[in-house]
Amino acid sequence: MAVDKFSIEASHIMMFARSIGDGNQIYYDKDYAANAEPGAIIAPPTFVQASAQFDPTYGLRPGIDGIGWMGSGSNPTSAIRREAPKSEESGSGEDERKKRQGGGGGGLHAEQRYVYHRHPKVGDVLTASSRPGETWERVGRRSGKLVFRESVTEYRDQNGELVVTAISVGVSTERPVDQK
Amino acid sequence: MTLKASELNVGDTYTETVVEDLKRTQIVMYAGASGDYNPVHTDEPFATKVAGYPTVFAHGMLTMGLTGRMLTNYVGDGRLTEFGVRFTSQVFPGDTLQSTATVESVENGLVSLTVSTTNQDGVEVAKGTAQARVD
Repeated sequence: MAVDKFSIEASHIMMFARSIGDGNQIYYDKDYAANAEPGAIIAPPTFVQASAQFDPTYGLRPGIDGIGWMGSGSNPTSAIRREAPKSEESGSGEDERKKRQGGGGGGLHAEQRYVYHRHPKVGDVLTASSRPGETWERVGRRSGKLVFRESVTEYRDQNGELVVTAISVGVSTERPVDQK
Repeated sequence: MTLKASELNVGDTYTETVVEDLKRTQIVMYAGASGDYNPVHTDEPFATKVAGYPTVFAHGMLTMGLTGRMLTNYVGDGRLTEFGVRFTSQVFPGDTLQSTATVESVENGLVSLTVSTTNQDGVEVAKGTAQARVD
C-alpha cells in the first residue's frame, strides 16, 4: 500500500470511533480535546487502517472505473471482472483480478501490531509506505496449508517524522476456516 | 484518566464487555469507516455461496478496534506506545465480546500488558500485548 496524502480529519475519526462503539469525547469534540492531555482530537489506536480510503488502487473497494466487483448483485458472483476497455493502460487483467480478490477462501488477517511514536491528530497529513516483511508457512488443522505474509507500513507526518509503524500479517488459507 | 505506576501491581486486570450481540450493521459501519469492503464481512450471498462461510464475519480489525477501546479506557487517551494482536478465531454477528488487559510489568514509566478478547463461549478471538505510558 502506498498513500500520498492521508489527511487526518475530524469527521472521519468520529465515524471510525462510532464503528468501534467508542463514544469517547476525545474523538469528536475539539473543545474537550483542547483541554485534555493530547491537546487535540486524536485518532483511535487502530485508525491508521482507514488509510485504505486514501489508497487509489485499494483492492477491497468496488472500483468506479468499470472494473467489476467480486461481491453480489443479482447473483452471488465471485471475483469477476468486466472486460475493461482495451485503451486502459492499467496492469494486466490477471494482476488486477488478483488485487481485487482477497476474499473467497483466500486472504484473512492473521495479526496486526502497531508502534506509536505519537498518536495522529486532526490536521496531520500522513504518508504511508509499505514493504514486505517475512513469509512463512504451516499446516493448520481447520483450513489446510497456510501461507503467512508480513507487511510493514510506515506512517510519516507532514514533517517526515515517523508517527506509527504498522506490521500486518496476512494469511492465505487452502480452504475456508472450518467452524467445528 | 491516567494510570499511576505507584498504584499498579503485576497481575492487575481491567475488563470491559466491548460488544454485546454484535449487529451486522456495526460490521457495515466498520466497513464504511475503515474502507475495507471485503464482501465476506457484509455480503451474505457472497460469504455463504462464494466464500463458503456460515455467514458474514467481522473484520479482524473491528475486533482489534473494540479491544483497543478497552485499552484506551484503561490507560488513557494518547498513552499507548504499542499494541498488537493475533486473530485467533472469527467473530460472527450475535457474538458478545469481553476484553481484558493484565499488567505484566511496570518499569521506566511504562506498563506492559497482555490483552485478550473472548467470545460468549469463552473462545479467545484476539490475543496480544500492549504498552502504555503511565505517570
